[in-house]
Amino acid sequence: MRAYKPKDNVQAKAYYTDRYYVAPQVPKTPVDEDEVFAADLAAIKEKFEVHDAYIQVEQMVVYINANDIYGVLELMRDELEYTQLSEMSAIDWIAKSNQFEIFYQMLSMTKRKRIRIKYFINNGDAVQSVEKLFRSADWAEREMYDMFGIEAKGHPFMKRILMPYDWQGHPLLKTYPLEGDEFAAWYEVDKIYGKEARDIIGPELRDTARVDRYDSERFARLGHEVPRGAEVSDDDPEVTQNYQEEGGVFLVKKLDKESSKVIDDPQR
Amino acid sequence: MAQHKVNYTQDGGLPVALTSIDKIVNWGRSNSLWAMTYGLACCGIEMMAAGASRYDFDRFGTIFRASPRQSDVMIVAGTLTKKHAEFIKRLYDQMTEPRWVISMGSCANTGGMFNTYATVQGVDRIIPVDLYLPGCAPRPETLQYGVMLLQKKIRANKAGRAQKAKRLM
Repeated sequence: MRAYKPKDNVQAKAYYTDRYYVAPQVPKTPVDEDEVFAADLAAIKEKFEVHDAYIQVEQMVVYINANDIYGVLELMRDELEYTQLSEMSAIDWIAKSNQFEIFYQMLSMTKRKRIRIKYFINNGDAVQSVEKLFRSADWAEREMYDMFGIEAKGHPFMKRILMPYDWQGHPLLKTYPLEGDEFAAWYEVDKIYGKEARDIIGPELRDTARVDRYDSERFARLGHEVPRGAEVSDDDPEVTQNYQEEGGVFLVKKLDKESSKVIDDPQR
Repeated sequence: MAQHKVNYTQDGGLPVALTSIDKIVNWGRSNSLWAMTYGLACCGIEMMAAGASRYDFDRFGTIFRASPRQSDVMIVAGTLTKKHAEFIKRLYDQMTEPRWVISMGSCANTGGMFNTYATVQGVDRIIPVDLYLPGCAPRPETLQYGVMLLQKKIRANKAGRAQKAKRLM
């Protein structure tokens, strides 16, 4: 993995920024406004420390200690009827505070409520696996490890799930470039042909603005195909689509546009 | 002697045709292009449509095979990820020669809109490609046209001469 560099200003700056612009925030309301959530929060608070709790978009968000996660989820599953773990993953706050925010999205089918459990861990720390409580955490924790490099302690098979096993780097980190680092750029060439082949195959062409009407293959113009490496002049004549050679083909009837029947009716 | 007095020299009298070895070998190769099912993404749906009854690839002699050892042409239809790159190379190596590759759609040609860390920027970085089809996704007619162009390309070859095996490098 590459060394961390702050990327606050990595994007091109906008031409115009409103000095008085305030980014809109999703309004947060206190938990007391919802009876079900208030009761759930009281049950969690009885046994565990809660740092912050609020309701946002009709869902309760609860911040807890990192060590309590297994106990909290067990309590919610067995006593509070939150029987499903819909989703879990991490948020990269490394640039701000060298921390990851881990979230667990819980669903109760009986109460028709959703609760999001959250906590912070320091960069480099591992989380406690909840795979024993929810089978859905199995792949979610593997994906979190794959994408962020956060390991889950007690997971039975802590390996990458999306990227290949021999991949280096964790792609969802904010420091990871979208087009890949050097390892990613040469991954398939190195693996299949070896590092010596880099010079022969060449770097990836990733310039999306590159337009070459006369590129060697000319696959961009239907009806104007040329063999690879053919000389293409600037004023090429209009080529009518010719499906077959002029003299016809052995044992294959030559396509004759005049004598062929054209079906005009799409509803035939 | 046959009773119906066949005139062997008359055109159409018997299925006898005079031709060259080149033409008959190329006729056999170009009109039974068995394609390997290589649907990787949405282009694969168009490839299936081209194979199904409405567009009907069978009349070109193109029949989809699920094994690289029985197929002549590999139609790479869809996004090739870096994780999958080694498998496409392995399957290409398992095909018997002569073999051809059609790169179908923008993703297979250049990586397409997936300008990301996980996508191979064109299958021609891994295997030699004979024909690039434009489109996202190309219509089945485009694939039919591409197969016809490939047939034309095969017929232009000298079949009698030992063919140089295509290698990327």
